[in-house]
Amino acid sequence: MSRLDTASRPRTDRAVSTQPPVRRKGHSKSDGLWPWLFVVPTILGIGVFYLWPIIQTFYFGFTKWGVFGGAKFVGLENYVRMFSDPTIPQSIVNTIIYTVIVLLGIPIAVFLSSLIERPGLKFAALYRTLYFIPYITMPAAVGIVWRLIFNGDFGPINWFLSLLGIQGPYWTSTPGFALVAVAVVGLWMSLGFNLIIIGAGLREIPRELYEAAEMDGASRSRQFFSITVPLLTPSIFFVSIVSVINGFQLFDLLYVMMGKANLAMPQTQSLVYIFYNQAFLQNDKGYAAAIGILILVIIAILTAFQFRIQKRWVNYV
Amino acid sequence: MSESTLSRPRPRPRPRATTTAIKRRGGKGGPNWAAHLILGVGGLAMISPLIYQLIMSISTNAEVQSTPPTFWPSVVQWHNFADVFTSMNFGAQLGVTVSITVIRVLGQVLLCSMAGYAFARMRFRFKGPLLAIVLSIIMVPSQLFLIPQYQIIQNLGLLNTITGIVAPGIFSAFGLFLMRQFFMGLPDELEDAARLDGANPFQIFWRVMLPLAANGIWALVIITVLWSWNDLLWPLVVTSTADAAPLSVGLANLQGEHSNNYPILMAASLMAMAPILILFVLMQKKVMAGIGRSGLK
Repeated sequence: MSRLDTASRPRTDRAVSTQPPVRRKGHSKSDGLWPWLFVVPTILGIGVFYLWPIIQTFYFGFTKWGVFGGAKFVGLENYVRMFSDPTIPQSIVNTIIYTVIVLLGIPIAVFLSSLIERPGLKFAALYRTLYFIPYITMPAAVGIVWRLIFNGDFGPINWFLSLLGIQGPYWTSTPGFALVAVAVVGLWMSLGFNLIIIGAGLREIPRELYEAAEMDGASRSRQFFSITVPLLTPSIFFVSIVSVINGFQLFDLLYVMMGKANLAMPQTQSLVYIFYNQAFLQNDKGYAAAIGILILVIIAILTAFQFRIQKRWVNYV
Repeated sequence: MSESTLSRPRPRPRPRATTTAIKRRGGKGGPNWAAHLILGVGGLAMISPLIYQLIMSISTNAEVQSTPPTFWPSVVQWHNFADVFTSMNFGAQLGVTVSITVIRVLGQVLLCSMAGYAFARMRFRFKGPLLAIVLSIIMVPSQLFLIPQYQIIQNLGLLNTITGIVAPGIFSAFGLFLMRQFFMGLPDELEDAARLDGANPFQIFWRVMLPLAANGIWALVIITVLWSWNDLLWPLVVTSTADAAPLSVGLANLQGEHSNNYPILMAASLMAMAPILILFVLMQKKVMAGIGRSGLK
């Protein structure tokens, strides 16, 4: 499947193998200094800007930072504080609510994709373009637009609700509603990506299966649930992992749609927002580092869990 | 890595017979006009925020704030777009955004394709462990690099500079791995032929392999452009003055100062997105294939 060609899900054993490719016999095991010429700049850059920072962040998690700089070792204090800090579980719940709403985009994408990928459907390329555009827009820029759309006094959403006789809330400044508003935008932005991946999966399904089902008199909805959905489960699995990981990285939309000074922020913030706030606004970098490690642990557990349960529902053919 | 299906043109049914077969099928589970209705209404809904943004950007502030909403300005206010340049540091910020995007793309294409090629085709000590480290860095969320990265940039005195914004991002574990996967999918024969002709490894890479990797490089370019143009958190952290900030940071911080001048806000955010939207429309097949191939933003 084309999707499996992707870097994040290598297809064959060869692709993930770290063995050198088989070469002519009689050669030594190394190509001398040439390879180092190719890799040294990148390895140094990754070492300085990524690997060493990860190690430092683990250490920072055990330190407390003074107002005028200087960090002292405080053992598990940051982690003890994390477990008694009520904003942490609140932000985890917020992230889960956000992610669940964004995940609703997957069944929508499956349905829309099955329409777009009908053989010979006219304007299919146009539809793909329309749905994909939100995915490439700058979150900081569309966040501003959506804040106006959700405006409590003159936004078009509340105007539309008023036509139905509903008094709309002040979306981005009311706890609860603010998170829903941000998640709706998150769904809007990710739908195009889900459509691309699921559409590629759909095009891999052999047409003969549908022809055979047709001859057996299966209705189109029966074909959808008995052929399309089961054979799409690998694509669905992939987009759900990406959605969950991105969900736990929520920051841009939240920051732009609500703003630092928003009074509803404490009830709406994500873990990454707390990280940003502690590290760069409160200058409590030790505590922030510990929160960063919590984010790592949560994403690792969720990804492992998804891979574990995939056997129950993902069909690889 | 073979050609992805995404980049292949969709097969179109040419013969008459297939068309009738489709019509028959259409009749069974819902006709195509129903599909067009759903997809058309949905597609319009998807871009309606951008249409709304465009209309508001050419309206007056009073029209934006009127209830019921005005759906077309009585006089089109094109000057709002020019006003953006005088009411915020749009020109300077656009310059920063373009610079960081170009530098990151050039840096990543050169460095990632060289390293990716070595990891795919060459033999050297510690290759396995180094690749394992690269792979594990891809899995780590960015919050684990951010604080030490900030300290490095601060200690080098590079806060509020373009160098400071781009420095970590010209190196990419993900880009390295993407290019490695791509080079592994290319056939060995051409390389062997060039080697027999006496080309050195760099010549083989530069003249033979790099041109063959065009599709992989396109994918890397597209992802890097999108990520670099739209990125918010890192530049927000390393810039504190309006002139040194890229557009994403400039727009995010505008909310305080100009929060009441909606047409200017809409015009500014529209202009910030426009280059990417235009690029996408010009090369949408490549963009969608590139994103499908890499699987991530």
